[in-house]
Amino acid sequence: MSERFPYLKDQDVVEVQRGPEPGGLGGAYRAFGETLRGLKTTMARLVEGPLTIQYPEEKTPVYPRFRGRHKLHRFEDSGLEKCVGCSLCAAACPADCIRVVAAENIPGERVSAGERYAAVYEINMSRCIFCGYCEIACPFDAITMGHDYEMADYDRENLIFTKEMLLAESLERTPLRSEGE
Amino acid sequence: MILPLADTQLVEATWIMIVKSLVIFGVIFAILPLMTVLERKLIGRFQHRYGPNRVGPFGILQPLADVGKLLSKEAFTPANAIPTLFVLGPLLPVLSGVLALAIIPWGDVQGGVGFYGIDVPIGVLYFFAVGSLAFYGVLLGGWASGSKYSLLGAMRGAAQLISYEVSMALALLGAVMMAGSLSLVDIVRAQDEIWFVAPQIVGFLIFMLAGFAETNRAPFDLPEADAELIQGYQTEYGGMRFGSFLLVEYMEILVVSGVAAAIFLGGWMGPGPSFLDPIWMLAKMLALVLFFIWVRATLPRLRYDQLMSLGWKVLLPLATLNVLVTAVLVVVL
Repeated sequence: MSERFPYLKDQDVVEVQRGPEPGGLGGAYRAFGETLRGLKTTMARLVEGPLTIQYPEEKTPVYPRFRGRHKLHRFEDSGLEKCVGCSLCAAACPADCIRVVAAENIPGERVSAGERYAAVYEINMSRCIFCGYCEIACPFDAITMGHDYEMADYDRENLIFTKEMLLAESLERTPLRSEGE
Repeated sequence: MILPLADTQLVEATWIMIVKSLVIFGVIFAILPLMTVLERKLIGRFQHRYGPNRVGPFGILQPLADVGKLLSKEAFTPANAIPTLFVLGPLLPVLSGVLALAIIPWGDVQGGVGFYGIDVPIGVLYFFAVGSLAFYGVLLGGWASGSKYSLLGAMRGAAQLISYEVSMALALLGAVMMAGSLSLVDIVRAQDEIWFVAPQIVGFLIFMLAGFAETNRAPFDLPEADAELIQGYQTEYGGMRFGSFLLVEYMEILVVSGVAAAIFLGGWMGPGPSFLDPIWMLAKMLALVLFFIWVRATLPRLRYDQLMSLGWKVLLPLATLNVLVTAVLVVVL
């Protein structure tokens, strides 16, 4: 054996497993038995009930770290924007879909907590690949990935999300996956 | 001289016959669309899905939407096709299905009215004669389409027909001998004491097996194998012509279920007053229909040669043996 199959030298030769010969009374009995087993299997699936999620009415629950539509944040106490317009997110973005135009804060009508703020903050959702690098790059946790995944639209223009849209409380239409689910 | 349509010593007025046939048509054609929904929903459940549930409550109006769609399609005839035969293709099976419905017994004679379309004294033979007509539709449709797939499907249909029809007839012969009559009504009456499914269990199983082949359903749906033959003889049909092939499939399921229920499951027999008889018959038929659907959801399609060897080497000897044993027992007992 080892001369014919040198590559099997160190291995024990494994017996080929063969099923019973087809045909005959035994074959008929086995075919009948297997058919009944098949019928039982499908009936068990019927009893278990459907697993389908009826999408528009029911939504797939997402994990807490699911990367959906972005959110911009404000400080809860002062209501100032966290974003200081540093453009690090735009630099980190592999899809180049973030546009930030910064402006100086005027004392008296401060927009953000820092020296500068984002006068324009746009994310082109038709380009975004939802990698989450912007969230990682942000030094102030001003931008995070939310849970919404329903962003389809009829117009490409509507897919460019402005600062106001990103700052607004998201609708939170997406159910969160519960513990152990 | 008036030749009697049926030799049953029961003379009915013409208007009663007309009303009867209208009622049977009404009931059957109300059930057929529901059967399509039931099948799709059940197949869905068997596969962890819901099936159609969008059109109407519980998707009950789905067949209406389907028929609406099919009716709006063009009745297209391919350039290679033979037009007259191509049109005849779907018509013949519809005719045969409707004809076969006539002999299904829904109840005994009550108040001078037989609860069946007609009581043919050669009932079982009639069923086979009319049922085989449906295969002309398959053959004509497949041949006249002028398409390779259709022709292959039709040829498979023909080969399938000859390999199970004999055993199917022999399977019924045992029950026929026990009842001493070919009329379905008489056979049901003969099951007063015991349903023939008990003494004729072999015949029943063979008949059901052959019934799957007769109705071209899984696991014997070789003529329309959607995976390799893209619906076989139906490939070139569109619109309501395709729809009528579909209608026929369900009608044949009902007919085969009806014949099986009448011959083996005691037909209209059941507890309760006699006006419940048609309900019992319908319940038994529907139980068999559910079995048809269950089997379709379970078994894969047989290979061509497997069907042949099953028909000739297993079913035929078994059915013959069953007939011989029954004949001996009927004479001895």
